[in-house]
Amino acid sequence: MKKRYLVIALVALSLLSLFVGVSSISPIDLLDFKSEETEIFLISRIPRLIAIILAGAGMSIAGLIMQSLSRNKFVSPTTAGTLDATRLGILISMLVFTNATYFQKISFAFIFALAGTLLFMQILNRIKFKDAVFVPLVGLMFGNILASITTFFAYKSDIIQNISVWLQGDFSLILKGRYELLYISVPVLILAYIFANRFTVAGMGEDFAKNLGLSYNKVLNLGLVLVALISTTVVLTVGMIPFLGLIIPNIVSIFKGDHLEKTLPHTALLGVIFLLICDILGRVIIFPYEIPISMTVGVIGSAIFLFLLFRGKAYA
Amino acid sequence: MIQVKEVSKYFAKKPVVDNVSVNIQSGKITSFIGPNGAGKSTLLSMVSRLLDADTGEVLLDKSDVRKWKSNDFSKRISILKQSNYMNVRLTIRELVAFGRFPYSKGRLNAEDEKMVDQAIEYMNLGDLEDSYLDELSGGQRQRAFIAMVIAQDTEYILLDEPLNNLDMKHSVQIMKILRKLVEDLGKTVVIVLHDINFASVYSDFIVALKDGRVIKDGPTHEIINSDALKEIYDMDIPIQEMNSCRICVYFNS
Repeated sequence: MKKRYLVIALVALSLLSLFVGVSSISPIDLLDFKSEETEIFLISRIPRLIAIILAGAGMSIAGLIMQSLSRNKFVSPTTAGTLDATRLGILISMLVFTNATYFQKISFAFIFALAGTLLFMQILNRIKFKDAVFVPLVGLMFGNILASITTFFAYKSDIIQNISVWLQGDFSLILKGRYELLYISVPVLILAYIFANRFTVAGMGEDFAKNLGLSYNKVLNLGLVLVALISTTVVLTVGMIPFLGLIIPNIVSIFKGDHLEKTLPHTALLGVIFLLICDILGRVIIFPYEIPISMTVGVIGSAIFLFLLFRGKAYA
Repeated sequence: MIQVKEVSKYFAKKPVVDNVSVNIQSGKITSFIGPNGAGKSTLLSMVSRLLDADTGEVLLDKSDVRKWKSNDFSKRISILKQSNYMNVRLTIRELVAFGRFPYSKGRLNAEDEKMVDQAIEYMNLGDLEDSYLDELSGGQRQRAFIAMVIAQDTEYILLDEPLNNLDMKHSVQIMKILRKLVEDLGKTVVIVLHDINFASVYSDFIVALKDGRVIKDGPTHEIINSDALKEIYDMDIPIQEMNSCRICVYFNS
């Protein structure tokens, strides 16, 4: 898995993504700056591509950080309740403020994502039976409890429709002006890279980290804040994207190991490539309609997840 | 020098380590021995600051270990616990390089690289340096961890049952390496051992614990005799001398 090939694949898929869609746009149309095609290109296609890149890289790295810190290969924002907690946060913000501003939603979603993930890590500390498959099952149950609380209150207040927007990840709603929140992932990813070595050391366990003089709890908390930030921005703009944070880091780990400083770029690149493929497929399969990204990622992702499970053994 | 002064540790109000005082001699191998649940590992954890003592204090260079900055402390004392069998996929070289973390925070300079090379060579892992830890045998993995500690370049090396799950050949190999670390590099090794014969053959000093208390503490030859062992293990253990090694024949006692 060479970085060079990943970059080439990324560029090729990005170009393809820009020119796939209901209205056919060819590169020649873009020469006319005032044409309708150029406008669609600037308002819809480019924002969509940027959103995919930021969300794909973000979710994969969030998964990578969580797997390292929880020392379990099957923990990710999907399997630790982070995404469900984020959604609960958005719901609460909508219940508390009748017309929740963007900022209120973001703050609530962030606080809930962070609290939810922290709670899961606490549960993880308490349970004695730390089997590789058992831990994510606990996380999924935890997430489902949060999800049912969300659904319950959404039904009661008749906002189930609004909430379902965040249930399904969907890039077709991404337009200029509706995705810029995702840019928060850029500094987050840079921070993740700067702290990569610390995350790797923390991933070797508390005793091990302390032996090397690492402030274990600080690093743990920083990691969870980064994960919560990424999850919040992605859920609020695109919606839930399942499995991405789970399978991408695992695939990279098989080929490149777990030295985060070395695997972080690969993980981000592969995450984007995978999401681009899923998005293009979703746009092509029932053309001119679209399958939401959470569906394509869910189907392909769960198949890969099953494969990883059966392959299992030492990597889990 | 490390001085343990009247240290106690309670788990659920039950003393696991009970008012223990011990001095650890520099440049020697000191073994902690004793029956299961005697508090050996807990004591080692408190010396290495992985656990805080409830009462009493551990002094490194006459100052309380809790007052040391964690980064400075990790340049003086290193510890390997049994639980180091982790599932992180790192190559031997990557692991050993993390031994330099207290110095470089992961961005190695030329000096660090040299130390890593030396540590790998010292442990004879040159051919394996790019293999992943999960592809190694137990003995190779244990050597990789010790190489990391060598790269960490601390005066004190603390090991919690490093021979666990190792066969005879690899156990001997590890003990010989520890002996060499003391003789060649002037390290101080403190080790929790289950097999009293390894303690007898390789250590300079023995600290025997039982029910959280030190019941014997002294040079190896003072501890390895039938009377003292009777007190420690409640067993009548005959001692046989062979090639100036004292062997405890406990198998049928």
